[in-house]
Amino acid sequence: MSEPLTVSTYPSTSPPQNSSLSQAQAPSHLRHKASSVAAKPAAWRRGLPLLWLLPFALLFGLFQLAPMIWVMVNAFQVDGHWSLANFKEIIDSPFYLQSFTNSIDLALWSSLLGLLIALAGTAALRQVPGKLQDMVVAFTTMASNFSGVPLAFAFIVLLGMNGALTLLLQEAGIVESFNLYSRSGLIVLYTYFQIPLAILLLYPAFDGLQEDWRDAAALLGARPWQYWLRVVLPVLTPALLGTFIILLANALGAYASTFALMTSNYNLVTIQISALVAGDIFLEPQLAAALSLLLMMILLLVTAVNQWIISRSRYE
Amino acid sequence: MNKSLKAPLLARLTVNGLLILLVAPIMTTLVYSLSAQWGAHILPRGFTFDWYITLWSDSRFLAAFARSLLVCLAALLLSLLLILPTLFVVFYYFPRLKSLMNLLILLPFAVPPVVSSVGLLQLYAGGPLPLIGGPWILIFCYFTISLPFMYRALANNLDAIPLSDLIDAAHLLGASTVLAFLRVVLPNIRNGLLAALFLSFSFLFGEFVFANMLVGTRFETLQVYLYSQRTNSGHFTSAMVMSYFLFIGVATWFALRLQTRSR
Repeated sequence: MSEPLTVSTYPSTSPPQNSSLSQAQAPSHLRHKASSVAAKPAAWRRGLPLLWLLPFALLFGLFQLAPMIWVMVNAFQVDGHWSLANFKEIIDSPFYLQSFTNSIDLALWSSLLGLLIALAGTAALRQVPGKLQDMVVAFTTMASNFSGVPLAFAFIVLLGMNGALTLLLQEAGIVESFNLYSRSGLIVLYTYFQIPLAILLLYPAFDGLQEDWRDAAALLGARPWQYWLRVVLPVLTPALLGTFIILLANALGAYASTFALMTSNYNLVTIQISALVAGDIFLEPQLAAALSLLLMMILLLVTAVNQWIISRSRYE
Repeated sequence: MNKSLKAPLLARLTVNGLLILLVAPIMTTLVYSLSAQWGAHILPRGFTFDWYITLWSDSRFLAAFARSLLVCLAALLLSLLLILPTLFVVFYYFPRLKSLMNLLILLPFAVPPVVSSVGLLQLYAGGPLPLIGGPWILIFCYFTISLPFMYRALANNLDAIPLSDLIDAAHLLGASTVLAFLRVVLPNIRNGLLAALFLSFSFLFGEFVFANMLVGTRFETLQVYLYSQRTNSGHFTSAMVMSYFLFIGVATWFALRLQTRSR
């Protein structure tokens, strides 16, 4: 599998360097030992750099791969035996099933609303002067990091029982009351943190639209809405789908803002997982692992469907 | 003609609407943090800096703030030290590993922190590496979640420069590969690197899940402290939220300035 060695093109690597690295020449069992002179630098050129990857591989393995593998293995473990009992417990429990439907419901609505608002916003943003564009993008980047606990607090101030906007809307007679600590409250909160992310992801996609397409469409007699429907949307479809998937994943995995807003009073998968490993009543890490695995499988499924739609849309 | 004038107006209105939408929670929090009293009325009664003075003389807040700073900076230093050689080795020696790296750096995105925490709690609560409850576990976890940002930003930068040509030229002039990297490649990707660091900082500074689940009050970071104050005065927490937002805002602003300069 070894690629054609580019090394031979650069024989100028000076001998003093080789000798300073002589200890790295030790792996004489390497395949190329019998070949030409150029193979010698090739051997250490490949051996020593690999060592530089070790610390990275070690940390990544210990703190990203190992916990993931632990989850995958332990989802199928009960009292030291391989078993599907964890999954059976989840499927038999209306409570855990509800956590999934709640999570998916929240993710779908917030991703859809976030995407629509971001699409309108980005399309409009692309038509305003560059300076304003830069400013809005800068602010969006800041807002995209405004999430989790601080965001939940900001929303309590804005939309809580005595929130500024709640009182304003009540005074104006638009709403009787708005309950932030409910499904609709969470949808608003989630949509808020989806919008900046969606804008940042969609913004570059608009580079693919060329200015003269609009004129060309107009010349051919298309109305603006026809231009948007028949030209812009098809061009943006892959970007829109990709963004939608990332938003879904973002919402499904979200935990901090809901937890800060209502501790464990709303039944979400992430809330249940954390309660099973870090709660103070029943610690059931293997059940948490099974829930986690199911959550990851939903994410995987969604991504696969997205890939399938994109590949299909390209050949039609 | 009329249409082309109308469209930008609609666009301007939409952009303004978007800005108002994004600014609203932040502005309200700002006003709340500055108001002496604001409850059951549309407008606050009197303005004051007292909440900020109370906050910034609260030793528990200052300690939590310092801990957050320490953990984030340590994690960024670690990821810098690890990602730079890794990127260079992958891009210069093993370009074929690029696709593997692109897959690996998706993992921190695909596996939510809550899910990672499940495994981490079991693996490092005891045993040979008892890391749970201390700053180290946070530093290592923050390294993994900052990885996609750092890697993507730097990979884009490295893709944009003629890496092998630069190194070969340096070799011809007698420089070692390490020296060539430090003196030739690094200055070329400096702005992108700094931008990635600032962006990662504002992201890590707001991290709550790992901090709460793996460490909690044993090494209280800013977010955990903020969470613990949820039942206290809204003015006080608002002042904290605004201080935090100012902090990440400045970091993001630096990052964006560096990015536009490198373009």
